[in-house]
Amino acid sequence: MSGRPPTPAPVAERAQALVDALTDKQLVPEGFLDSVVASATEQWSPRNGARVVARAWLDPEYRKRLLADGTAACAELGYAGPQGEYIVVLEDTPALHNVIVCTQCSCTAWPMLGLPPDWYKRPEYRARVVREPRPVLRELGLELPESVAIRVWDTTAETRYMVLPLRPAGTENCKEEELAALVSREAMIGVAMVELKTRDRYGF
Amino acid sequence: MDGIHDLGGMDGFGGVEIERDEPVFHERWESVAFALNFLGVGALRAYNVDEYRHAIERMAPAHYLLAPYYERVLTGVATLLVEKGVVTLEELERRAGGPFPLARPVAKQPCAALSPEPEARFAVGDTVTVCRIHPAGHTRVPRYVRGKCGKVVHVAPKFSFPDAAAHGQAHRNEHTYHVEFDARELWADAAGPNETVVVDLWDGYLERA
Repeated sequence: MSGRPPTPAPVAERAQALVDALTDKQLVPEGFLDSVVASATEQWSPRNGARVVARAWLDPEYRKRLLADGTAACAELGYAGPQGEYIVVLEDTPALHNVIVCTQCSCTAWPMLGLPPDWYKRPEYRARVVREPRPVLRELGLELPESVAIRVWDTTAETRYMVLPLRPAGTENCKEEELAALVSREAMIGVAMVELKTRDRYGF
Repeated sequence: MDGIHDLGGMDGFGGVEIERDEPVFHERWESVAFALNFLGVGALRAYNVDEYRHAIERMAPAHYLLAPYYERVLTGVATLLVEKGVVTLEELERRAGGPFPLARPVAKQPCAALSPEPEARFAVGDTVTVCRIHPAGHTRVPRYVRGKCGKVVHVAPKFSFPDAAAHGQAHRNEHTYHVEFDARELWADAAGPNETVVVDLWDGYLERA
């Protein structure tokens, strides 16, 4: 064997080939693929996690329940599903910042954070954030002084994590919906802070 | 396997780029690949999620690194459906109009000899050492913690032991532990200040330190 392997068929053609082969064998139930895509695009969303965060900021009893049993506290608000079977919520403090990664694949708490974004699944983030979290966060616009401890959580087994970020100053009079609107998926992964003002760089 | 998927701690990668207002799927084939995995695991029960992860890990390293995420998903699903006899590579390539690269075969002796640990052997606060194993098949112990010493910070429920489940071995459940490692234990002088890494590890992967 020598040289490069032959150029593959375009990936969209490969995906369609597999669908067509399975459909011809009558192995694809009517509407099955569409219903999965609908769950992924409509039901599993970072808006769910954001609402949980906002509730925890407003309700100290809910916050306690969330930190003690994330799965049950998320279910209280109606959030559960695949990749959300065992949820652990990580509490940021002024002295401790949590960051989530999955170095070996791209595991994420789908019902709370939605399907993971592209950057989370790419080799750059997976390789680097366990080894040099502070530089990676700095590149993403989050400068943390050395006095703040960083705890990186590698999603290697079945626990699915979500970060409970710090509530920004100036939000004392905000209602739950207003607070939830401030909370980005990136903040719940731990690569951004929640800020009152929209940041220019990424538009979070 | 000590594969290309086990990226934690590798050098040489560039910057992390966050896409503004990223859609869940960029193109339709991505959503098709994602949904096909649900079909394979769920509706068809052709394989389990550990076999699925391992199929992606078995991709040729150069293909793995170049393929976007949903191409890895598609390759894993297609590989398993071919290996299980649900479809053939020939019909896929005929329909696709060209080569359909699959992952490489499963190793002949894929599992490390780890005894089942049905009861939790460790508690919060215990110091543990991660076994130095190099199974040729699927495992969820990242290379960067093998042989390293850490502290248990949380005991999670029992979950299916992936090294066995990925290779059709007897089903077994074990507790997993969130084990916190000082960054200096993992990266020595290259570690940043005031940093730790927590890794979720099955009971059988650990020994009392």
